[in-house]
Parts: sequence; structure tokens; C-alpha cells
Amino acid sequence: MNRFDYVRPSTVAEAVQALGSDPAARFIAGGTNLIDLMKYDVERPGKLIDITRLPLDKIEEREGGLRIGALVTNATLAYDARIRERYPLLADAILAGASAQLRNAASTGGNLLQRTRCYYFYDTATPCNKREPGSGCSAIGGVDRIHAILGTSDKCIATHPSDMCVALAALEAVVQVSGPQGDRSIPFAEFHRLPGDEPSKDTNLAPGEIVLAIDLPAKGFGGTHHTYLKLRDRLSYAFALVSVAAALELDGQTIRTARLALGGVAHKPWRNTDAEALLQGKPATRETFKAAADLILREAKPQATNGFKIELARRAIVRGLEQAAAGTPQSQSDKRIQ
Amino acid sequence: MLIDSGSPGAVGTIGITLTINGERRTLQVAPWTTLLDLLRERLDLTGTKKGCDHGQCGACTVLVNGTRINSCLTLAVMKDGAEITTVEGLAGLAQREGKNSLHPIQEAFVEHDAFQCGYCTPGQLCSSVGLINEGHAKTRDEIREAMSGNICRCGAYTNIVDAIEEVMQQGDAR
Ligand SMILES: Cc1cc2nc3c(=O)[nH]c(=O)nc-3n(C[C@H](O)[C@H](O)[C@H](O)COP(=O)(O)OP(=O)(O)OC[C@H]3O[C@@H](n4cnc5c(N)ncnc54)[C@H](O)[C@@H]3O)c2cc1C
Ligand code: SF4
Ligand code: FES
Ligand code: FES
Repeated sequence: MNRFDYVRPSTVAEAVQALGSDPAARFIAGGTNLIDLMKYDVERPGKLIDITRLPLDKIEEREGGLRIGALVTNATLAYDARIRERYPLLADAILAGASAQLRNAASTGGNLLQRTRCYYFYDTATPCNKREPGSGCSAIGGVDRIHAILGTSDKCIATHPSDMCVALAALEAVVQVSGPQGDRSIPFAEFHRLPGDEPSKDTNLAPGEIVLAIDLPAKGFGGTHHTYLKLRDRLSYAFALVSVAAALELDGQTIRTARLALGGVAHKPWRNTDAEALLQGKPATRETFKAAADLILREAKPQATNGFKIELARRAIVRGLEQAAAGTPQSQSDKRIQ
Repeated sequence: MLIDSGSPGAVGTIGITLTINGERRTLQVAPWTTLLDLLRERLDLTGTKKGCDHGQCGACTVLVNGTRINSCLTLAVMKDGAEITTVEGLAGLAQREGKNSLHPIQEAFVEHDAFQCGYCTPGQLCSSVGLINEGHAKTRDEIREAMSGNICRCGAYTNIVDAIEEVMQQGDAR
């Protein structure tokens, strides 16, 4: 780990000021991603701004929904009674990720801003456009098993690794941020970005901005017509190869509203509103679900060896929607897929 | 600002206070010192193990204010003011409650033969106490899932779950 200065502000204004326009300064919250990357010299911050003492650790009622402070831990959020009752999809997605110890440390804001797990991004001996713009992408034509099948560019095929964010995308959360230019709201779909020509940028957070909170809208898909189905190489403590967050509102056997987002397949949580529109008004049958999967995966593009993910995603979408329709959300402890 | 490594004091270091296994300590630490390295390298509390140093194994699990975390992925300075319990302090926790023995989870691990080489064991023990404090896991499946952050190369998993289940049924963790 490199040497750095350390400051511990007690207000948001102090934190934003401490970050200033210094490109080498970083906020640190749970530290579970940043310290890991610092140990590999992928991140070499000149200054760490410890934001753990800022008053951003509350979950509050707001306009029929909830406002989640950026410092609420993943564990606190997943086990909060209001979240479990009103936003069970979010609770399940969080519990599908990492381990109990990591969830106890990880923050809501840090989860949003965690970096990709692309092997080459972590290996400073190899070219990587995300880590070192212009150096090339080692994953294209390399070991691409965990990489993206949707929204890739010829500069980067990395995925965003978060489970929590897949549920937040499906739930249409809104990110509240603050910076030198003042406060603003970013709809979840616009928070993370596709790699395009600038894979070094994971998100549309402007330099100097801090995440204050995530707002959940009133519509939370409580009840049982939802699921977070995560497929991975081992049953726990592993990142998703493909994951599906699905939520439905049904009139009898007819779909009134559908929400669907995928993890592990793109540089951001992948939500396709055309597929949701296709589901609307249709009978909740396997044929309908297959049509939605086909629509989403029509534009999927395999790399040299990760083509299996397209079929995996297709089946995960169908199974996830079936679980949501049947009201049998995937258990995050009993891993059998019903 | 509460604190700043640029402020007067030993150059580049920061004064912090930690209560470790019941003992209050005032320390000057460099900000890049992880909690794990502080415990092992500075304070000779080598019970806590370094397996991967990257959050992937759980060998470094300790309790911070009663909550289990990976000590390899946190900086000591960030825990200023906290109460830390390592495997060396588990028996002390039990003694505070009037018992003159090992912690119940340690006794259960011995009873159930919940280890072979023992390398993962300090982390497993602290993680088990954290799990019981959390109170979310009830069934065997739930215990297994909630212990997935602790890897055991010897594969003592079944007996570890037995040990935790027994202590949970007795209802005394802490
Ligand atoms: C072994 C392992 C397995 C894991 N498995 C999973 C998994 O299966 N699923 C999953 O979803 N995640 C997984 N994770 C990732 C984990 O969820 C993230 O590391 C965690 O959520 C990051 O949160 P943090 O608070 O620790 O972030 P930090 O490490 O503190 O920060 C991460 C980044 O966010 C920035 N940041 C933090 N807070 C703010 C803020 N409020 N405003 C602006 N910037 C901010 C920091 O500057 C930094 O760049 C795993 C991690 C590990 C180590
Ligand atoms: S996929 Fe992206 S993160 Fe991975 S090597 Fe290529 S540019 Fe780097
Ligand atoms: S040493 Fe900390 S998790 Fe492995
Ligand atoms: S007892 Fe050997 S690693 Fe667990």
C-alpha cells in the first residue's frame, strides 16, 4: 500500500472541501473495496477522506418511500424491518452478495461505487483501459469468463459486480449527491454508465461529488411476487455470473406491471424497459417470459469464451420471472432453485 | 476536522484509542496500518490470522463493537474509539459474565471437533460469536450461509455448524 494523508471530517461540507478538486483524493467508507485495490496498487490515493463519521447513517421515511443514508451498512439495510417488508427484493439482493463480515462493513454508497472484478483491472502488470486509459483491454481475447455480454465496447468488456445495485435499478431508486456545484438527484438508470470510449469512468458522478443517500420510491413490490436469482460458480461468497432481479404485479394471471434487471452481464445493472413493456398485459406464462428474454438478449454479444452466459441469462430470466409469478422468491440460504 | 495526519504529533502518524479485549490502549499509528497488522505486528495478538489479506477467507475476523468484520480490510485509524474483541479476548467475554472458563463457543468447538489444522479457527470463533449476536440465522441452512465468509481448507464445516447450533440452543453467546 502506498503512503497517504488521512483526514476525518465530521460534516458533509468538510468532506466535499477535503476532496476538492484533488484527483488523487478518495473517500473511504467501509473500505472493503478501496483497501483491497490499494493493496494491489490499483488505487494509490494521495489522501484518504474517512467519511465514516458523517451523519449519513439513517434510514428515513420520505414521500411514501425511504431515504437510505450513504453510510447505512449493507447488513443494516438488508435486515431493516421496513426494507424486508416493503422492499424485499432489495433485502434479498444484498444478502446474495459477499459475506456476513463484508456486509457488516460495506456501506450503501461504497456498494454503488465499487469497481469491477475484471482480473486484468486488478493486475497492474497487464494493459487495462479502465485502470490506465489507452493501454488496451487484456480481457478482449483473454480470460473473459466473467465479462459482459451486453453494452460492451471495443475498449472494455467489464461488468459491474454489485448485487444490491441490480435491485436498486429494478426499483427505480434515485441517488442523491452533493458536490462543489451543490446538490442533485441522479435516477438510478443514469448513475452507472456503459464503457464506450471512456471505460475509466464507471459512473456519471462528477469529480468532487459525494453520494449522500439513495431514495426508494413508494412502489416497492412488497409481498411475494419478486425474486433475486443469482447464478455463480459456488453457492455463496462469490460474484454473479448472471443474476436477475424480477418483480411483478399481477391481476389474476395477467401481468399488470413488470420490473426486470440483470447483474453480471454488463458495465451497469442491465434494465430493459422494452422488455418490461412487452410483459405488461400478457399472461404470466413461460412463453411470455421467453419472449422477454429473447428481446433482452437479442443484442447480446459473446466474447471468445463467455457465450455460455447468453444461454445462462436466458434461462435465469425465465426462471426468475416464473419464481416472481408463482410468489416463491429465491431463498438466499436454501440455494435450491424452485 | 476531527483529525488530520498533517497535524502536530509524530510525523505522519495519528493518535487513536482502542479498547482491545477489555484493555484501553492509546496508540500512534500510521494511517496505512490495517487493523489486522496492528493486532498481529504491533500488539503481538497473533491469534487473529492473515489468510488472504483481501477479504476472501475470513481468517482475520474480529468483533468491532460486537460486530464481526474482516480486520484485513479496515484501517486501524478508522476504528478510533472502538471496542475490539479478538480470539484472545473471547474467554474474557465469558469471564465478564461470571464464568471461569473458555467461551461457550470455544468449548463447543472442542466438543464437536470443529477444526483440524486450526488456522481458520480464530476467525471461525469470532464469526460464530458475531453470528449469534446478530440473531438472524436460525436453521442449519441459515447458519451455513451466514458462515460462508469463513473458509476452512480442512473442511470442518459440518462440525462447525454443529458447534454453533449447540451454543445457539443454549442461548448464551455474547
Ligand atoms: C471477497 C469479496 C466478495 C464480495 N462479493 C460481493 C458480491 O457477491 N456481491 C456484491 O455486490 N459485492 C460483493 N463484494 C463487494 C462489496 O459489496 C463492496 O466492496 C462494498 O459494497 C463496498 O462498500 P464500502 O463501503 O466498503 O466501500 P469503500 O471500499 O469504502 O469505497 C469504495 C469506493 O466508493 C467510494 N465511496 C464510498 N462511499 C462514497 C460516498 N458516499 N460518496 C462517494 N464515493 C464513495 C470510495 O471512494 C471508493 O472509491 C465483495 C467484496 C469482497 C472483498
Ligand atoms: S474489460 Fe475493462 S477492466 Fe477488464 S481489462 Fe478490459 S478495459 Fe480493463
Ligand atoms: S485475511 Fe482477511 S479475509 Fe482473508
Ligand atoms: S481447521 Fe484447517 S483450515 Fe479450518
